[in-house]
Amino acid sequence: MKSADTFAVTRAEHRAALVGYLPAGFPTLADSIKAIDIMIDHGADLIEVGIPYSDPVMDGPAIQRAADRALAGGFRTRQLFEVAEAVAGRVPILSMTYWNLVERYGVEAFARDFAAAGGAGLITPDLIPDEAEDWLAASEAHDLDRVFLVAPSSTDDRIAATAAASRGFVYAQSVMGVTGARTATSAAAPALVERTRAHTDLPIGVGLGVRDGDQAAEVAAYGDAVIVGSAIVGCYLSTDDVPTGHQRLADLTTDLAAGVRR
Amino acid sequence: MPNPDLKGHWGEFGGRFVPEALIAALEELDAAHHKAIEDPGFQAELDRLFRDYGNLPSPLYKAERLSAEAGVDIWLKREDLDHTGAHKIRNVLGQALLTKRMGKPRVIAETGAGQHGVATATAAAYLGLECTVYMGEEDMRRQALNVARMRLLGSEVVPVTTGSRTLKDAMNEALREWVATVDHTHYLIGSVGGPHPFPKVVRDYCRGIGDEARAQMLERTGKLPDVVAACVGGGSNAMGTFTAFLDDEVKLYGFEAGGEGYDTGRHAATITAGEVGVLHGARTYVLQDEDGQTIESHSISAGLDYPGVGPEHAHLAAAGRAVYEPVTDAEAMAALEKLARTEGIICAIESAHAVAGALRLAPDLEPGAAVLVNLSGRGDKDMGTVVDYFGFDRGTE
Repeated sequence: MKSADTFAVTRAEHRAALVGYLPAGFPTLADSIKAIDIMIDHGADLIEVGIPYSDPVMDGPAIQRAADRALAGGFRTRQLFEVAEAVAGRVPILSMTYWNLVERYGVEAFARDFAAAGGAGLITPDLIPDEAEDWLAASEAHDLDRVFLVAPSSTDDRIAATAAASRGFVYAQSVMGVTGARTATSAAAPALVERTRAHTDLPIGVGLGVRDGDQAAEVAAYGDAVIVGSAIVGCYLSTDDVPTGHQRLADLTTDLAAGVRR
Repeated sequence: MPNPDLKGHWGEFGGRFVPEALIAALEELDAAHHKAIEDPGFQAELDRLFRDYGNLPSPLYKAERLSAEAGVDIWLKREDLDHTGAHKIRNVLGQALLTKRMGKPRVIAETGAGQHGVATATAAAYLGLECTVYMGEEDMRRQALNVARMRLLGSEVVPVTTGSRTLKDAMNEALREWVATVDHTHYLIGSVGGPHPFPKVVRDYCRGIGDEARAQMLERTGKLPDVVAACVGGGSNAMGTFTAFLDDEVKLYGFEAGGEGYDTGRHAATITAGEVGVLHGARTYVLQDEDGQTIESHSISAGLDYPGVGPEHAHLAAAGRAVYEPVTDAEAMAALEKLARTEGIICAIESAHAVAGALRLAPDLEPGAAVLVNLSGRGDKDMGTVVDYFGFDRGTE
């Protein structure tokens, strides 16, 4: 299942898609699979599975802590494929990953194995199209979505080039800053989405900062997808009891899913 | 060889592996730096700062007694005499002046032992810039004097409590902050690493080391040195020294931190032991595990204790233009003591790696060969480590 299949449905329903992010291996490998199932059961339209990395420079404290915990639990890159295989089929499964992990595995091998596991594509926060020659080739060869980021500081020329290199959707980083739930979403986001629309027909996902249904509804008014990460991770950081975390995640996802349908 | 391609690549190394959000600032920096170094007014101002404030050019000194013992002529480029005690003043003055030119009122920096932090705080104080320095919590405790220096100079020091709480985590934290403050803040990076154009910018401000030394060698000896040696952590002093000699028939040696020994796995010998990867915005050699997770480095010298290395060094190594070898903690400390006792110079432990490397090379060189060693910094900051290492009586009992 590719992102385009999901966006065809959400566009027909005149609503934004809900995208949920969770690092693989957090809170444990089995529970990350369970958590993804919970998100899908409660209305997530697309899943981003993060690969824990030792030096996550794009991420705020919540996702850093989740990654540290997964790595301390012995997470290995290849376990991403187990997670993808376990959850694929119902909604598109993309992986969001720092680039060194893919390079280390081998760009072509990674694309092959992720596609074989049912993965839909990659979101690459520290890979810009200018450096992505190998990935462009591998994603073509294995028919994977490639989601690059645009930011409020991007020039129109860069937005055009980034959108042209993207497949599936374009990721609008709505605030200048790292990931993390914020009390107010960004004023820069609508302007960025509008500037990006001028250069592409691809759906535009808006990320960074959404923590509840109200904010999701706000973002859904102009974005094609509402991406939620830190708030989801927070369900498990705020308690040592995993079943409680699962319950919090179910409630949060329900709230967010209602938000994008308002 | 000196310049990377337009995307910042030296061969397969370098480039920009950063969030799109930072690209505009990197483009701005590239354009501003390019314009500045072509501008005679900027150069004159920087030269004046270097001379009157930085105590530059630094002297070239023939270490007679050490040379007699080693059987080769050892010339020391005395960067230990620079203001703030190391070559780092060149980089910070250059970038701070550039920050003012870009109209930004604030700088941030990462620091390990605190030397780059102190240098940045110094330049910020002198040029009236606001300054925040990110430093691992553990390093802050060990380097309390440098924390005090930075605070006295008016900088804010932010403890980094994530990851391994070392230099690499301080760099992560600085990059995170920079994404949020990039419109009014310059990231004054401390070495020849990071995304393009940082490796080139830092090298350009440090290259005076080699330019001066080359002219000084010609003036004093009538010829170029046979060998040039420098220590390599991120690699700013080595790149600053090597650049002037890249087109000469001069052997270039970079000495990495071999820590407790290459075989123990506890070292920071990135080029010797690392593999090609992406860290902190550039493709270079990285100490990493099978999955690409960064491995913690180890060195008695905080300034060399980093699991990556500047991409131009990676390129020089891969191209065979420079040779990189590890020097252990023990070899470096022996060289530090030797230099102190033969020349009355207490150098930084970082620089002692270069001295040790030169002494190791000496027996294989022609008698009387000329070896230029960049003595990148002085050892005041290391006396606590020295006392512990040699077991000196602290005189308090």
